[in-house]
This record gives sequence, structure tokens and C-alpha cells, in this order.
Amino acid sequence: MTHSSLIRHVGTALIAGAIPIGAYAATPLDLQGAYSALAGTTAAPDRGQRLFTTRHGRDWSCSSCHGAVPTQAGKHVSTGKPIAPLAPAFNPERLVDAAKTEKWFRRNCNDVMGCECSAAEKADVIAWLRTLK
Amino acid sequence: MNRRGLFHRRSWAAVVSLVASHAAFAGGDQRASGVALLPKYKQECAACHVAFPPGMLPADSWRRLLDNLPHHYGTDASLDAATVNELATWLSANASTYRRVREVPPEDRITQSAWFIRKHDEVPAAVWKRPAVKSAANCAACHTQADQGDFNEHAVRIPR
Repeated sequence: MTHSSLIRHVGTALIAGAIPIGAYAATPLDLQGAYSALAGTTAAPDRGQRLFTTRHGRDWSCSSCHGAVPTQAGKHVSTGKPIAPLAPAFNPERLVDAAKTEKWFRRNCNDVMGCECSAAEKADVIAWLRTLK
Repeated sequence: MNRRGLFHRRSWAAVVSLVASHAAFAGGDQRASGVALLPKYKQECAACHVAFPPGMLPADSWRRLLDNLPHHYGTDASLDAATVNELATWLSANASTYRRVREVPPEDRITQSAWFIRKHDEVPAAVWKRPAVKSAANCAACHTQADQGDFNEHAVRIPR
């Protein structure tokens, strides 16, 4: 899925739902819903956890930087730079901006899996992150 | 206090603050450090590593880095075109023009620059390998004020 199509999609969903926030602002649930709608599937948190913690035959997993359970700060595996918690219940800045979310999925799926994640995979990961309380 | 006294007091304050700000960079790389960071640069580039001061690389190196963000030292650091352009303008305006930093380092790496190697020549090889350091690019491991662009050696604390 392209960057602009997600933004358009989430934008439309937000307008349709009359959520009184800016065009790019969303909730983690909005983003998960937009990805699920694009994929035509229901998100599964257990699949998201597996994708997040697996190395996919390469050097890194998402957990390498974010931690196996990203409810606390992680650390960039090569630069050592601290990374704020990813689970939205522990960091209200996460998964509330469609463009930012797309940017990081694009880059990080590429680094971890060697290709972009599908919309279904993104929905799964968000669904799992939303279960972390 | 008369006008003259006030003037004196103000100019002294200015001199003192000038000396203090000069001293803050004197032990580090004063040529390379003291530029206020573009918020976009900090937002985008300092997410994964310390916000390297633009004066630590020559313009040619910055240009090549920005042209190659999808393959950025082993990671995908791609950005949208508008952001890349904004960063390119700012980095090219603030890139180093000092003689020692004007030379393009191998692989456009700050840490491979002759001035960088010289300034760190007293740091034993084993120190760079400590888990808390890991990489020469991890400035903040030892330069405790690096995230504010201050590389003064008085703020250096080498982790055990």
C-alpha cells in the first residue's frame, strides 16, 4: 500500500466518523481499522507478536531495538540511541499519526524483513501493541 | 547608577557571556558544533542517532547521504522528497567550510574523518567496544551534552 493511500484512507475514515481532529491525527484503533480495511482481513494480535519478535531469516527483529515487549524504552541496536516505548498505552505519541506510522513501517519492515509489510501485517502488529497494558 | 556605569555593566555581562559560550566549545570541536538545529533535522535524524552537528561534514558528504537515505549505513532511513529538500537546504548552508572538515571522509563517515580520529587518539580501542558505547557514532555515550550540540571535553564521562 502506498503512503498516500493510507493517509487518504484514514483521512476518509476520520471524516466519515466525524472525529474532530486534524487530517493526520488518528487513534491506534483508527490506524488498525484502516489497515484491516485495506487488507480485507481481521487483525490478529498473536500474528502481530510473532512478526514483531521473529528475525525473518535476517539480522534483526523489531524487538532488537524496541524490546521483546515494547512497554518500556528500547535501544537502537547499532547506534545505542534510546527509543521511547512503542506500546501506545505507555507512550501516547505512538500510532496517532498516519504519515509517521507509514514512514516507520516502511523503513523498519525493510530493515527487518527486507521488504515492506503488507496492510494485514501492519494491522496485526498494531493490534498486538494495543493489547499491551 | 549613571548611564556610563550601566553601559559598563551591560558590556561586561556581554563579554562574560561571550567568553562562557566560547569556552563551552573550546575543548570540543568549536568549528563544527555551535549551530542551532533545524527542528525538522532533529525530528527526522535524531530519532535513530544523536543529531550530528552539520559542521562535522562537508556539503558534498551531506548531499550524498541525503541522496542515499534508503540505504543509510545498513538501514532504510528514507524520507519524503519535501523533507529531503528542506534538510538539504539547511545542511548545505551549515556544512563545514573549515579546512580540516572540508575533506570528504571515507564513506562520508564523521568517525572516519582525520580530525575525529586525531581528537580521539587517546581513547583505547577496548573503550569503543564497551556495551555502553558500541559504536564511535554513539557520541552521547561519552559526550553527555551531545544531544545539545555540546562536545566540550569537560562534559565527557566515559562509561565503564
